[in-house]
Amino acid sequence: MTEPSLFRRTAAELADSIASGEVSAVEVAQAHVERIAAVDDAETGVHAFLHVDAERALATAAEVDAKRAAGERLGPLAGVPLALKDVVTTADMPTTAGSKILEGWQPPYDATITRKMREAGIVILGKTNMDEFAMGSSTENSAFGPTRNPWDLSRIPGGSGGGSSAALASFEAPLAIGTDTGGSIRQPAAVTGTVGIKPTYGGVSRYGLIACASSLDQAGPCARTVLDAALLHQVIAGHDPLDSTSIDQPVPDVVAAAMRGADGDLAGLRVGVVKELGGEGYQAGVEARFTEAVEVLGKLGAEVVEVSCPHFVYALPAYYLILPSEVSSNLARFDAMRFGLRIGDDGARSAEEVMNLTRGAGFGAETKRRIILGTYALSSGYYDAYYGQAQKVRTLVSRDFDVAFEQVDVLVSPTAPTTAFPIGEKVDDPLAMYKNDLCTIPSNLAGNASASFPCGLAGEDGLPVGLHVMAPVLADDRLYRVGAALEQALVSEWGGPLLNKVPEPAGS
Amino acid sequence: MPTAVALPSFSDVIARFDPVMGMEVHVELGTITKMFCGCSTEFGGEPNSQVCPTCLGLPGALPAVNQTAVESAIRIGLALNCQIAEHCRFARKNYFYPDMPKNFQISQYDEPIAYDGWTEVTVDTEDGPRTVHIGIERAHMEEDTGKSLHVGGATGRIHGASHSLLDYNRAGIPLIEIVTKPIEVEPEIAPAVARAYVSGLRDLIRALGVSDARMELGQMRCDANVSLKPSGTTTLGTRTETKNVNSLRSVERAVTFEIRRQASVLDAGETVIQETRHWHEDTGETTSGRVKEEAEDYRYFPEPDLVPVAPSRDWVDQLRTTLPEPPAARRARLQQEWNFTDLEMRDVVNAGAAELIEETIVAGSDAAGAKKWWLGEISRTANERGAPLDAAGITPVDVARVETLIKEGALNDKLARQVVEGVLAGEGSPDQVVEARGLAIVSDESALGTAVDEAIAGQPDVAEKIRGGNMGAVGALIGAVMKATRGQADAKRVRELILERLNS
Repeated sequence: MTEPSLFRRTAAELADSIASGEVSAVEVAQAHVERIAAVDDAETGVHAFLHVDAERALATAAEVDAKRAAGERLGPLAGVPLALKDVVTTADMPTTAGSKILEGWQPPYDATITRKMREAGIVILGKTNMDEFAMGSSTENSAFGPTRNPWDLSRIPGGSGGGSSAALASFEAPLAIGTDTGGSIRQPAAVTGTVGIKPTYGGVSRYGLIACASSLDQAGPCARTVLDAALLHQVIAGHDPLDSTSIDQPVPDVVAAAMRGADGDLAGLRVGVVKELGGEGYQAGVEARFTEAVEVLGKLGAEVVEVSCPHFVYALPAYYLILPSEVSSNLARFDAMRFGLRIGDDGARSAEEVMNLTRGAGFGAETKRRIILGTYALSSGYYDAYYGQAQKVRTLVSRDFDVAFEQVDVLVSPTAPTTAFPIGEKVDDPLAMYKNDLCTIPSNLAGNASASFPCGLAGEDGLPVGLHVMAPVLADDRLYRVGAALEQALVSEWGGPLLNKVPEPAGS
Repeated sequence: MPTAVALPSFSDVIARFDPVMGMEVHVELGTITKMFCGCSTEFGGEPNSQVCPTCLGLPGALPAVNQTAVESAIRIGLALNCQIAEHCRFARKNYFYPDMPKNFQISQYDEPIAYDGWTEVTVDTEDGPRTVHIGIERAHMEEDTGKSLHVGGATGRIHGASHSLLDYNRAGIPLIEIVTKPIEVEPEIAPAVARAYVSGLRDLIRALGVSDARMELGQMRCDANVSLKPSGTTTLGTRTETKNVNSLRSVERAVTFEIRRQASVLDAGETVIQETRHWHEDTGETTSGRVKEEAEDYRYFPEPDLVPVAPSRDWVDQLRTTLPEPPAARRARLQQEWNFTDLEMRDVVNAGAAELIEETIVAGSDAAGAKKWWLGEISRTANERGAPLDAAGITPVDVARVETLIKEGALNDKLARQVVEGVLAGEGSPDQVVEARGLAIVSDESALGTAVDEAIAGQPDVAEKIRGGNMGAVGALIGAVMKATRGQADAKRVRELILERLNS
């Protein structure tokens, strides 16, 4: 009989309990497997997971227990369960990227971060749902059905990493991996009341991440607390010779920063509120919670000023040229020749026809839309006007950050303009969907570190709001200091973590 | 599309048109691993045995640049007198083809690693050798594709095949593409210049040690661009690109054919179509490749998975010091040192014997002797066996030893030939062959004296003529002695002995 509330504990608490022998890793894994079975029904439940491998999770947990019994030193997250976004390759589990074109595909290799997590003794419970190839802000673009927000099952959990954020908010896992191309870690964190960090581009290896847009993609930690995210960050970060774009520099000490921040002292920290990220189009409850969170930072000793980043308003259109351009090329390999779905191979059709049929049947509407946009943007005669101009905007956005970070240590904004919207509301309006990422996209273009931290519930709908914190390249530690300080202040104000208010799903 | 009318002759065409050529040569580098992953580049492995997630283009896999390939590219660039970029990027060339795993090729587009260079080639003309300056537009790095094998069709081409097999062992092997600037030379030497350029490039690549550049194995592949313009005019005509011309002889033939074919098109009042063409070794003709409705749009953009290559100037300077002597300069130097005529040197180079002769000289031979053996006896044997000269079965050291034995008087020419024959037949070193076959010259004076006495006694009438001053008759007696000693006597000494006896 496992303790019923094990799954409510944080990763840090679980790791301590396992290390001290208070509970076994197997008991912890079992508690989470049971929790998933209780709340994650694909038709009626949260549907955070596309694939759960209970057997393997329990076996991994048993190995951790055996190591502990043998007196081996365990890593700081040994035995802690994790939900892995299905865009990260796993040699022992299918990896679909939310696409029909990869349904059932089992990679022959582990991503670098998968390997690092295994080596750290982290127990991978399964693979989480996502918008197809990480394109979307609601997880509705998954070929395998939407994930539901644990705060309100009729609403979206954010995207593309809605499976990971929902798994955290519904206590199916204390840790998750997300990937963030335009906000896919941070926006889901915001709308589920969880913590999501997009590290500095190149801070975490992309080897084994199924690419959306190579120059924007970044994997990062997702958790319910800032310290948990920092512990996971430490495990997955660092230089990887298999990823040429990974940075060969020491990883900032994010765990120390989270601990320091938890002291609640932000004296000397300069915080810049980005003028351009607010106002029209922002939900009143979002703005209210954001303003209060900034006031909290001020009370903790931070100096708050307004900062202008004039080119941020061009970030969204530039992003929607650069991203599709890279997507159109990255997704060319899905051609039925070597792996994945194959349609129409009847011996009579040519390879070209099989490619066409497979791509027609295997890709969803949003994926096709972006492939077409990108193919157009890269075409000869249009390249300079579209891709070329967008790259110039990208440089200007980076310069805005450079100028801003001469004045302040971190920038802040709301993470998303609205709280979680109802499933189905924006599926037919791509532009409205894209606008969800207004605040998060600039950091993907510039490659700097950013995060979303819970800062309360909007008055009008009672749904979570996120505070978006942006730090300079390789200053990921600043995010943790600010996030931890805010967390301790708000949790004591609320009388407990925000996620205590998540309704218990029916039937659990 | 068979040629309906006979093509005009080459000499007729070049009286009326000036050809302009551009050569694109792909060289497979001889690195141990592929361009962007750690897979082996070894030739001839089981299909799909040298592959990994990266060179198969599996989802999530990423490329990482092979530094040795970059080094080779820089050395090639330097040897072609190119500028080496301080900062250059890879680019994606996007097009769908089953043997290209990612459906894009990682190449370089507007930022090649090496650009703006030149080289020189020499061709024979009626007025003697003519040296031509050839501009090099660029040399850039890229990855090779896999191989498609079309099964069931008559031609091995995709048309008519029942199915295709794919081998990705070659996918990701590093290539350097070297592109010339437009080559405009006297029309009559254009095809020879094209051949000499490819030949010179091959020698250069080999001298650099970056590839074996064996055209028959596809390690070096040549595309020839040709266009014509009316004599004396400056506006370039429409060009065709004849793909995969894979021997030196074919380069010359293909260029010649295209010049004649395009002239016949223009003569008929038609326009040359810009297209790729296939070269047919057997018929000596080119045929039209796929004609596309529109120009292929490769949608190049900078490869976001790789950081720019930025070779430091120190590194480039250091690589510059590792360059071998340029083949043409080396050839000129050796010709002078060896005192060979142009014609002799050309024979040596064509036979691929320059290096072997050089080594033979180092081992103690003189130049003339070394050339005589390598171009004579050894070339013949190698040809008969279809083996390259350096695999004929005899080493430069062996050849030098034979020459030394001749100089020491231990062998005469005839015996020396038998020794070389024995070495080529695998009977051992020259000394072992001499020993085993009993080929040493008979220098035992008493044995020789007896043979001379017997010869004189056997032909008293000849002896009488010699005594009477008819020196021309000595040959007959020498011949008899040589016969008696089975050729193993020193003819000069035999003559001396005969004269000693008859004149005393």
